[in-house]
Amino acid sequence: MSSYNQPARRRHIGDKRLIQMFVIPTVLLLILMNVFPLIYSLYLSFTEYSAINPTAPKWVGLDNYRQVLSDNLYWHNFAVTGRYALISVSLQMIVGFSLAMLLKEKFKGSGILTTLILIPMMLSPAVVGAFWKNIFNPSFGIFDQMLGYSDPNTAPEWLGNPNLALWAVVIVDVWMWSPFVMLLSLAGLSAIPDYLYEAAAIDRASAWFQFRRITLPQVMPLLLIAVLFRTIEAFKQFDLVMGLTGGGPALLEGRQAVNVTETVSVRLFRLAMPPQAQTGLSSAMAYVVLVIIIAISNLYIRSLNKIREG
Amino acid sequence: MFKKAFSVVVLIALLSITFTSNFAAAPHKAQAQSVSELTIWWAEWDPANYLQQIGNEYEQETGIKVTVVQEPWATYYNKVGAEWAVQGDSFDMVVGDSQWVGQAVEAGHYVDLTDFLNSNSITETVTPATLQYYGEYPTGSGTYYAYPTEGDANGWAYRKDLFEDPDNMAAFEAQYGYPLAIPETWEQLRDIAEFFTRPDDGLYGAGIYTQVDYDAITMGFENVMFSYGADWKDADNNVLGVVNSPENVAALELYGELYQFAPPGTDNAFFAEMNNVFINGQAAMIMNYFAFFPALDNPEINPYRDSTGYFPMPAGPNGDRYAALGGQGISVNSYISDERKQASLDFIKWFATPDVQARWAAAGGYTCNINVLQSDAFLTQTPYNAAFAETMTFVKDFWNIPQFGLLLEPAQRYLHAYVVGGEGTAQEALDGMAFEMDDILIKEGIISE
Repeated sequence: MSSYNQPARRRHIGDKRLIQMFVIPTVLLLILMNVFPLIYSLYLSFTEYSAINPTAPKWVGLDNYRQVLSDNLYWHNFAVTGRYALISVSLQMIVGFSLAMLLKEKFKGSGILTTLILIPMMLSPAVVGAFWKNIFNPSFGIFDQMLGYSDPNTAPEWLGNPNLALWAVVIVDVWMWSPFVMLLSLAGLSAIPDYLYEAAAIDRASAWFQFRRITLPQVMPLLLIAVLFRTIEAFKQFDLVMGLTGGGPALLEGRQAVNVTETVSVRLFRLAMPPQAQTGLSSAMAYVVLVIIIAISNLYIRSLNKIREG
Repeated sequence: MFKKAFSVVVLIALLSITFTSNFAAAPHKAQAQSVSELTIWWAEWDPANYLQQIGNEYEQETGIKVTVVQEPWATYYNKVGAEWAVQGDSFDMVVGDSQWVGQAVEAGHYVDLTDFLNSNSITETVTPATLQYYGEYPTGSGTYYAYPTEGDANGWAYRKDLFEDPDNMAAFEAQYGYPLAIPETWEQLRDIAEFFTRPDDGLYGAGIYTQVDYDAITMGFENVMFSYGADWKDADNNVLGVVNSPENVAALELYGELYQFAPPGTDNAFFAEMNNVFINGQAAMIMNYFAFFPALDNPEINPYRDSTGYFPMPAGPNGDRYAALGGQGISVNSYISDERKQASLDFIKWFATPDVQARWAAAGGYTCNINVLQSDAFLTQTPYNAAFAETMTFVKDFWNIPQFGLLLEPAQRYLHAYVVGGEGTAQEALDGMAFEMDDILIKEGIISE
């Protein structure tokens, strides 16, 4: 009898309650780990406060936002990040999509080649930064040698030259993340029905016409997703920069020295962590970054929807 | 019914998650149980291993286990800062950087050690400069918050084989009009760096600090600036006319010149890069903290070990000699129980005794104890100890007020722009730095407009 009774008791927990049992802990965790810090940091962004100082936060209204939006150095950080994101993501799109076009036709060894190309994106950015720092070294790094510079005294100092340093970070980022774009592009390319190309061939459409009117429109939604992901990541760029240049080198813009590879995330880290530990100010900056990322993401998503709607 | 019971369970779980960390420490504070272990936080490097050895001796003598928890340098400050933020008791003692003192004292993170150090006559056992820079806050107050533990400062390593080569000696004297020897002035060091810069042979004169990430280029430059009679501030904390003084401009011009004789690729270089360019034969001389010289005394690491010599910072044009201070003092966490504070003080008292300081030095630690520093055993223990002992008599540091991080940031930026980027003139760089520092000091209420 007992073996029949137990399942009967279990039936008292209805689906609705079962769902609640699973969902409520998750929601609580989200509130504790995400929502509360988000709201608390919003509050802190209106205060003068240092987390390593026991003094209570002091309400300063919009002062922190005013400082972030009026200081040339912060605008410089946003400009560096924007420039970096634009160049890096554009190049990743070109390189990644080109690789996908080359690898879409199967050939002997194409599987292994695809896997090998994917390796960079599986590495830790900190590790990538550390070994590319050596690769860029004009004394013993192979990058300058590959470019034909055998004399370290005339070879470009990629990480020390203010005109080259951002390009060095871009090169590493493109090397690391173009495979991601390639992967998404390959998925898109393989989903294009063959009959579209067959019909185009019957109509004697040129290869360029087929690419422009079939391949590109069909892959575009996935490419836009890649652009969205990579742009958000580019705006968060931190570890590669810290590993390669530490935000430097610096140059004089007018009479003010600025760090040419100091992205907003690097600046944010320096503001938030000791020795500066300006928690209030860094929270305000983080919210400005958040708003920018949400705005850009919205633009992309609208474009994506437009393409989907045809 | 179920809904009600479930809500109660969730509420209890939530409360326990929220308050666990606070209550966990409570028994610690309330119960008067004897202390059987002590935890010290320090950066991950050899001296921390040496301190662990000393801690093991303390356990043998007292039965109290000492654990030295090590954190990589890159994240050490952040980890300690996070612990300060929660007023945590994860460590009993912390071996903190000299620049942290003001920040930690103003925020109440460190226990005042003045009475303890004075009543046990410990203040008299260490060199005055180390007591001032590692332990005292505010400067000149006679109030101490740390016991000088790991003395450190910048010095130089050089290739004796190159310096003592007869051809080099003759050529140098012919070119510069005085014999090639360990430089006594910065001008001489510049000449020697220029002399040994032979790109065709892959040899460069001097490796200097240039790293922009935290404080390296500022520390490297300080060696020259202090010796040139320049400073960061006057007695009233004013920076305008001080940071951009003619002496400071001359010092920065010399530091910029030295970078012209540095190995390629040292555009963002700190201690690891310095040792690297020395070990791979690229540099005739390198600047570095003494704490990183043990690697050069290891034949398995440094192929030039037998011909590696060491010397302290040279003098400026007026004969002043200063070295940028590194090193740390040990402080007691103010958020631990009184019982643990006392146990920590007992450890420091034991650690400060001459015998233990001698053993600390023998293990490889850089003692700040006057007598040990002057002992033959210490001076001859390694090839760099004599230079270290001499250096510790003329060390000087950056700002150590809580706002030092804000002041450090423009210093790093302008120095890097001029020295590495070659941007503008030394005067322009220091003018820009002085104006930004002035703004910060006014905003922070350190000086008035």
